Amino acid sequence: MKTYTYTEKKDTRSGFGAGLAELGRTNPNVVALCADLIGSLKMDKFIEENPERFFQIGIAEANMMGIAAGLTIGGKIPFTGTFANFSTGRVYDQIRQSIAYSGKNVKICASHAGLTLGEDGATHQILEDIGLMKMLPGMVVINPCDYNQTKAATMAIAEYDGPVYLRFGRPSVPIFTPADQKFEIGKAIKLTEGSDVTIVATGHLVWEALEASKALHEAGISAEVINIHTIKPLDEKAILDSVAKTRCIVTAEEHNHLGGLGESVARVLAQHNPTPQEFIATNDTFGESGTPAQLMDKYGLNSDAIQNAVKKILKRK
Amino acid sequence: MPNIKELTDLTTQVRRDILRMVHKVNSGHPGGSLGCAEFFVSLYQELMETKDGFDMDGIGEDLFFLSNGHISPVYYSVLARSGYFPVEELNTFRLIDSRLQGHPTTHEGLPGIRIASGSLGQGMSVALGAAQAKKLNNDNHLVYSLHGDGELQEGQNWEAIMYASAKKVDNLISTIDLNQQQIDGSTDDVLPMGSIKAKFEAFGWTVLDIEKGNDIEAILEGMKEAKSLTGQGKPICVLLHTVMGNGVDFMMHTHAWHGKAPNDEQLKEGLSQNPETLGDY
Repeated sequence: MKTYTYTEKKDTRSGFGAGLAELGRTNPNVVALCADLIGSLKMDKFIEENPERFFQIGIAEANMMGIAAGLTIGGKIPFTGTFANFSTGRVYDQIRQSIAYSGKNVKICASHAGLTLGEDGATHQILEDIGLMKMLPGMVVINPCDYNQTKAATMAIAEYDGPVYLRFGRPSVPIFTPADQKFEIGKAIKLTEGSDVTIVATGHLVWEALEASKALHEAGISAEVINIHTIKPLDEKAILDSVAKTRCIVTAEEHNHLGGLGESVARVLAQHNPTPQEFIATNDTFGESGTPAQLMDKYGLNSDAIQNAVKKILKRK
Repeated sequence: MPNIKELTDLTTQVRRDILRMVHKVNSGHPGGSLGCAEFFVSLYQELMETKDGFDMDGIGEDLFFLSNGHISPVYYSVLARSGYFPVEELNTFRLIDSRLQGHPTTHEGLPGIRIASGSLGQGMSVALGAAQAKKLNNDNHLVYSLHGDGELQEGQNWEAIMYASAKKVDNLISTIDLNQQQIDGSTDDVLPMGSIKAKFEAFGWTVLDIEKGNDIEAILEGMKEAKSLTGQGKPICVLLHTVMGNGVDFMMHTHAWHGKAPNDEQLKEGLSQNPETLGDY
């Protein structure tokens, strides 16, 4: 079995910051907007190097989304930066009308998604953002898994013409994808070959899925781990090809089971190849204060939880 | 010199278009549309510098954004009669498969439209972004926007109003259609807003009044003054005092025709007050 190791941990938001800085150097049409969270979004380098292409909006996210839509009229490629909660739920109608329905080339870049925001608690821990964004016609939804992939995704979405929701997070997580790996929107990445079960994971749960697959391997269970960094459009073929072999699937995400990756996968399977599925996701609940590790453990979003789900699904095959 | 007779004739024809469009589908918003007919005609015929044809980026020309998208009938009529699309297409307003949706949208590819509007309060932010893009592109053209007065009850406007002066967006002229009416009654009945002029001034804007907002000469004079004040570090607000339903006597001075279409008899009466000038579509 292919195994993955790491020598360094970093936050995915720093991958965004590095990708944005690189875009600042290579794409003169890229502009950035922030609603008073420059440091949290790691936008400092872009701003230092391109002050004329940065717009500090203040604490006014609705205005930020509208200004971003307007900036596209004139050929700019705006990247907005704030927490995931304030990037989606707070400004849903602005995104819906001025960006998605208007077909504007805005990149909504959202940090601190999910429970791993940690101690700030439920007001800031959105677990509904994937659902909100994937329901908007034409919106691309991306949730990369580590620093390298977030950097690559940030750069890739500048080349794509249309609205994109890019979701990343606050905690340091292992860097295990190659620094030179090209990011292809909508193309899943198979990380391990397996025959007993498919594990489809997104974001921070991808590393947890790899950890689970190692432990499962030692227990004699062969897991195929797929990194679904793009939730919409979903790589349906990658999922269907894998379950044709394994005949069962576990989906894993740092999001509510209602509206998340798991439901998108279930729709594809129900239509093309009904397959037993277990969901690693939050169970229609808000989060709470705590350390990221404590929260992921309490809400069942880690390697242990994935292993248990695999053992359960194998009995349902 | 602008030919006022020609502009007046066009305005009369636009009024006929508005009445006929909303009558045909028994829906739409004639009141605010009629109140802004002179403004739209002045803007598209005299005030804005526009290129031939239409491209989304609008570099090298003035731009206009309609924030109160429900007055789409006047917008569509003036766009069509300014050459953006065939006048006959006004026949398709609000019908299935039409580019002329109930509220304006880019989604169907109608030339002249650069943003969807309808859900209120979003247009000023969009206009600000477009104005800042013009600055980045070293494009000296202006951005115009129009907003309802009732629409100012939406909070996003005040985020935008605060931002515009803070960032010295001085290539923007935002006009407020001050007809003092909204769906449920007069703005004073629904939610009194006090002095809109004082509010914009307190937020750091230069504010002009056009007291006769249904008089083409007054609009041209006021808007030219507004233009002359751009580029001086402040955004410009024009308070356009209009009469909702202007030009159709039974629709004037009331909120009743905000979102109601005339019946056959009322259409006939409204049209008789506005005889055909350039030819119906």
